[in-house]
Amino acid sequence: MLIRRIAAGALGLLLLAGAGLAVAEPTPARQKELVHMVRQDCGSCHGMTLQGGLGPALLPAALADKPAEGLVATIIGGRPGTAMPPWHRFLAEDEAQWIVARLMEGFPK
Amino acid sequence: MRTVLYLLGLIATAILLAACGSVAVREGGSAVPLRGTGDLGLVIERASGHVTLVNTSSREAYARIGGLGDLSHASVVYSRDARYAYVFGRDGGLTKLDLLEARIVNRVMQSGNAIGGSISQDGRIVVAQNYTPGGIKAFDADTLELLSEVPAEYAPGQFSKVVGLADVPGNKFAYALFDGGEIWVSDFSDPKRPVTARYPAGRQPYDGLVTPNGRHYLAGLFGEDGVALLDLWQPEKGVQRILDKYGKGEEKLPVFKMPHLRGWSVAAGRAWLPAIGRHEVLVADASTWMETARVAVKGQPVFVMASPDGRQIWVNFAFPDNGWVQVIDTLSGQVVQTLQPGKAVLHMEFTPRGEAVWISARDDNRIVIYDTRSFLRIGSLAAEAPSGIFFTSRAARIGF
Repeated sequence: MLIRRIAAGALGLLLLAGAGLAVAEPTPARQKELVHMVRQDCGSCHGMTLQGGLGPALLPAALADKPAEGLVATIIGGRPGTAMPPWHRFLAEDEAQWIVARLMEGFPK
Repeated sequence: MRTVLYLLGLIATAILLAACGSVAVREGGSAVPLRGTGDLGLVIERASGHVTLVNTSSREAYARIGGLGDLSHASVVYSRDARYAYVFGRDGGLTKLDLLEARIVNRVMQSGNAIGGSISQDGRIVVAQNYTPGGIKAFDADTLELLSEVPAEYAPGQFSKVVGLADVPGNKFAYALFDGGEIWVSDFSDPKRPVTARYPAGRQPYDGLVTPNGRHYLAGLFGEDGVALLDLWQPEKGVQRILDKYGKGEEKLPVFKMPHLRGWSVAAGRAWLPAIGRHEVLVADASTWMETARVAVKGQPVFVMASPDGRQIWVNFAFPDNGWVQVIDTLSGQVVQTLQPGKAVLHMEFTPRGEAVWISARDDNRIVIYDTRSFLRIGSLAAEAPSGIFFTSRAARIGF
């Protein structure tokens, strides 16, 4: 897992250096993993369709008035006093940013 | 010629029917072999709104039914004749299936966001538990007509998500209010006018169970270390706290999936319960409710499930340890087996007498069957993102 993430990160850096881009976008393979993780593992509480369960809905309308940085911080660090755990063991911050951006526009299937 | 053959066929069918008496003729004219349902069950295919009907004797699927809506976190109860399954979908859909004819007999949308359901002791009332709007709703088990509802309004204008719904003796249902921190017991003796008693339980109950004899209701707490216990034989005594402060003031650990509780937790005179966040199974004496042991396991337990004879406890785990299953021997209290049934193990179900256990591996699109004595894989079935597995033996158990 860790090795894969380091590899993915290194590959990302190479791509960035090569293309001279400023945006850290997860590789397509990692994007697929992230979508699966959100639908299935975040979905344990937020629902596979992200319409909410024990945790709140994560649909664009529900997130529209929330600042993206706050959502990224919630994913990475959790929310003490609630059931929301920190996911930093499994996600880099730029990956959480990518997830939040996708959630706010309507999450991929 | 064709007509003659057809007539011959009809005569042969009639002779067969008369001879073996093992075929029933439906109104439409098609024949179905007579059979019981004791070795049948179903598997939820969570992503596609399908269920696969299975036979635990032949270890095969025999039918697949679609159109059940959002089945992520779906659960199932059975009619007391074990012929009909009631499937509670996440989207509030309640679907009644006929296991023999392999078809949907009825379906209603009963809420916006549901988490499961239960069936009354007399089998006449099916009750759904809902997150949105928070509360429970009772339906006629025959017609799925709405009979009554109990909104989980624990303070004026404040509604709670309902968890841990279980049927208890006397056509009552016990459940817990995640946001309200209470256990409620609703008496449906008069199904249209339920009477509800409330008991303060503790912070954020996440699920509940009824002991196999129907006497005690236990609600696991997420917001604090401990379990709320209500003696249904003398509920006026209120909730007693057991396994109190099992984390002993240690920093709370993140929980990557809420554990599930059900009456299978009691075995060999003890209750075997998942510790919240910790890689442990907590063991309490089922008469004194004092902690007797802890068993270290591979991850955060989700299902801690006793075999029907109570000799083994099978445990699966939350992400990221959800590829493992461990088996605890209840006599020695030790982990005796560590298995890797597949990717993303979501659920386990024992055959009625426990010679085999069926395990769903969601990300392998597979059900894997193990012999519980040899721990050998004895079969497998394809299923699309399988989650819950429910056999008809649940029909005869209280609290399921």
